[in-house]
Amino acid sequence: MNYWPLAGIAIVVLGFALRFNPLLVVVSAALATGLLAGLDLVAVIEALGKAFNDNRYISVTWIILPVIGLLERYGLQQRARAVIEGMHGATMGKLLVAYLAFRQIASALGMKDIGGHPQAVRPLVAPMAEAAAVKTHGDLDDDARDEVKAMAAATDNVGLFFGEDIFFAIASILLIQGVFEAAGYPLTPLELSVWAIPTALVAFAIHAGRILAFDRRLGRVGR
Amino acid sequence: MITYEWLYVLAGVAFAVWAALSLKDGRWGNAAFWALLALSFLAGSHLSDLANGVLVLALVAIAGMGGLKRSDPPTTTPEERQAHAARLGNRLFLPALVVPLTAVVGTLLYNYTPLGETGLFEARRETLILFGIGVLAALVGAMVWQRPPLMAPAQEGRRLIDSIGWAAILPQMLAALGAVFALAGVGDIIGGIARGVIPEGSVFLTVVVFAAGMALFTMIMGNAFAAFPVMATAIGIPLLIQQYGGNPAVIGAVGMLAGFCGTLLTPMAANFNIVPAALLELKDQNAVIRQQVGTAVPLWACNVLIIYVGAFWLWS
Repeated sequence: MNYWPLAGIAIVVLGFALRFNPLLVVVSAALATGLLAGLDLVAVIEALGKAFNDNRYISVTWIILPVIGLLERYGLQQRARAVIEGMHGATMGKLLVAYLAFRQIASALGMKDIGGHPQAVRPLVAPMAEAAAVKTHGDLDDDARDEVKAMAAATDNVGLFFGEDIFFAIASILLIQGVFEAAGYPLTPLELSVWAIPTALVAFAIHAGRILAFDRRLGRVGR
Repeated sequence: MITYEWLYVLAGVAFAVWAALSLKDGRWGNAAFWALLALSFLAGSHLSDLANGVLVLALVAIAGMGGLKRSDPPTTTPEERQAHAARLGNRLFLPALVVPLTAVVGTLLYNYTPLGETGLFEARRETLILFGIGVLAALVGAMVWQRPPLMAPAQEGRRLIDSIGWAAILPQMLAALGAVFALAGVGDIIGGIARGVIPEGSVFLTVVVFAAGMALFTMIMGNAFAAFPVMATAIGIPLLIQQYGGNPAVIGAVGMLAGFCGTLLTPMAANFNIVPAALLELKDQNAVIRQQVGTAVPLWACNVLIIYVGAFWLWS
């Protein structure tokens, strides 16, 4: 077997580790992989161009930026902070755990488009979490603020990933069904999606525990 | 019938406007980058594969040479924002909610009422098209409500897209890399290696290799979708199901979720891990991944146990 196409993977790993521009890393890996698999340069560039063009729908979502930007112009982030500051007993821990539960349940019901980084985390969840952390722990330095914001983004990811598969009409469940059917194991989407529930519960327990521990640790770092 | 092509025109116009505003601002790199992307959206369907490929190389060359810079378009001051926020209150959240509500409620209506029979939207494309409609509705609503300068949404959008920079097209580029990997047969090679390291006769270790392969290959490819067919056809189906008699539903569903644990750990999953770091203006590009390691690793171990118990103990 020709193992040389794996050099593309090595380029990706090395390129990311050495902090080269990720776009440069990805395209170098694509060109190297294609050439090492025995394709000629023009064929590889054509394959890359076709695949980039076929996947344009992924980048369409940026059309939401004018809406978010316009609302930020009128103080969306400031308002999100004010809401939290007005709540009694709203800690960052409680807020993010509640968001985690909300995100998992909404995704499990097929509403995975509620939430997301440009729509919800940047304008709402991250400023709310930051405001709540400042409210309980006093002023935070920039590194601690970055950690809080990163935890808000992480919570959005965990909630989405380990909620969405409980909803049966989702791409990943349909992909599993397709692969197994092709191999002679017909399954219904519902048979698959119930098995996403144990992992969803464990994911909630682990991540919620970590959020609360993080909140306690922020308090201890003596400010 | 409304198709993705309509959305591409919408996105193409947005990127073209950002390119023009960047040019006026003297930011040549940004102008060229967004103009090429506008060209891809507006004309990509009519260009040859080679022309699209050269366009990709040009985009990467601009980004690789550091041609993209943050911009500073006219906007409101923090004090003005505070005053607006106090004046407008929670009504500010409404336009932001219009977008997901349009997408979700519209999708449900389209799929579970006779609306779907009208064939208004291209099949299975309704959610993203409805997202586009929601964006337009929210934008028009916010403009009529607050009457900002006509160019304000374009300038505010440029402020955000320039802060994201090249990361904006990384997810799309990774999908293209996945296609080239598939063409070069990378999946077959990985599957072959994974089969080679499994000790004969141990169900538990086979489960571990299957779940580890899902997570590792997901980390390399940036999404579990590319990893799943490879690991399922290399290990999941021939060994776990056919040889050891495991439950196919558990192996499929939880195997995929073991892959999702890998998604939490890799910069290749740019949409989830790198783009938010840019959006939130974090100093460390990998800050989101750092916060996810402590969840992903134990959760992966739990998935191994769920497969082992669910597919073999409870099943037999």
